[in-house]
Amino acid sequence: MPHDGHDHSHSLLPSDPELRVRALESILVNKGLVDPAALNVLIDTYENKIGPKNGARVVAKSWTDPEFRARLQDDASAAIADLGYVGRQGEHMVAVENTPEQHNMVVCTLCSCYPWPVLGIPPAWYKSDAYRARAVREPRAVLSEFGVSLLPDQKIRVWDSTAEIRYLVIPMRPEGSEGMPEDELAALVTRDSMIGTGLVSV
Amino acid sequence: MNTPTPPANFEAPWHGQAFALAVALNEAGVFGWSEWTEAFSESLDALRKDQPLNGADDYYTAWIATLERILCDRDVVAAQSLAEMKANWTDAFNTTPHGKPVHPKMVHEG
Repeated sequence: MPHDGHDHSHSLLPSDPELRVRALESILVNKGLVDPAALNVLIDTYENKIGPKNGARVVAKSWTDPEFRARLQDDASAAIADLGYVGRQGEHMVAVENTPEQHNMVVCTLCSCYPWPVLGIPPAWYKSDAYRARAVREPRAVLSEFGVSLLPDQKIRVWDSTAEIRYLVIPMRPEGSEGMPEDELAALVTRDSMIGTGLVSV
Repeated sequence: MNTPTPPANFEAPWHGQAFALAVALNEAGVFGWSEWTEAFSESLDALRKDQPLNGADDYYTAWIATLERILCDRDVVAAQSLAEMKANWTDAFNTTPHGKPVHPKMVHEG
């Protein structure tokens, strides 16, 4: 039915959840409970400043600096904080190293716990029910959908994140990367490889 | 082959707005983060009764439902005010010419 008598020049109406966010924000700002400038800083930080590049630097340093690697295994939160990556959801980090014997993979079956300071905001697939259910039940099948094939004897260990503990996978250093400086190595490290759904290659 | 690490970002601006509200309220001490994750996982459970979650829009829809519930349960805001404010935003969008800034009528709690 045509919208007779309706003014078509008005602004496009946002979706229901978007209107609800606006309503929440208006009321909370009006009550002085949140500051719009602080919200913008938070959005900009998580949109542009915090992300997998941080984690990639942790991985590259772990590959090239044995002392750092030891510290990372001993107390990942402290070792990562030394690189300046501190903040929410990164307070209790555990770094799990892939080896020819064991591949590590991270999931959060509770909600979507994720190490924000080193990986940023989780991708949609990490938050999907499909991944959350299947990562535990059939990790090998999930990995093959990500294009990951493991060594025949490599076991898979799936780590379930909690509100308290977050995991960072340290992928294996790829063949052919011998002698590469740390920043070039970091550029090889993908987000997925630090969740365990990818491998690093040259 | 190496694929460049994709940038971390929100798929829609309102995802980021919802995210930032929860983080800001937690930082302001309105609720603790473990309380948040517990309430949030209840919202996800409620939502997935209808269909499996895709982890994108539905995830942040659950995020917003959690904010509304926590804030109303603790009398930080009134459910009525949220409903009125949403109606005011809707009116404002429907009556503001395209391209002009949209200013809704504010709801003041008594």
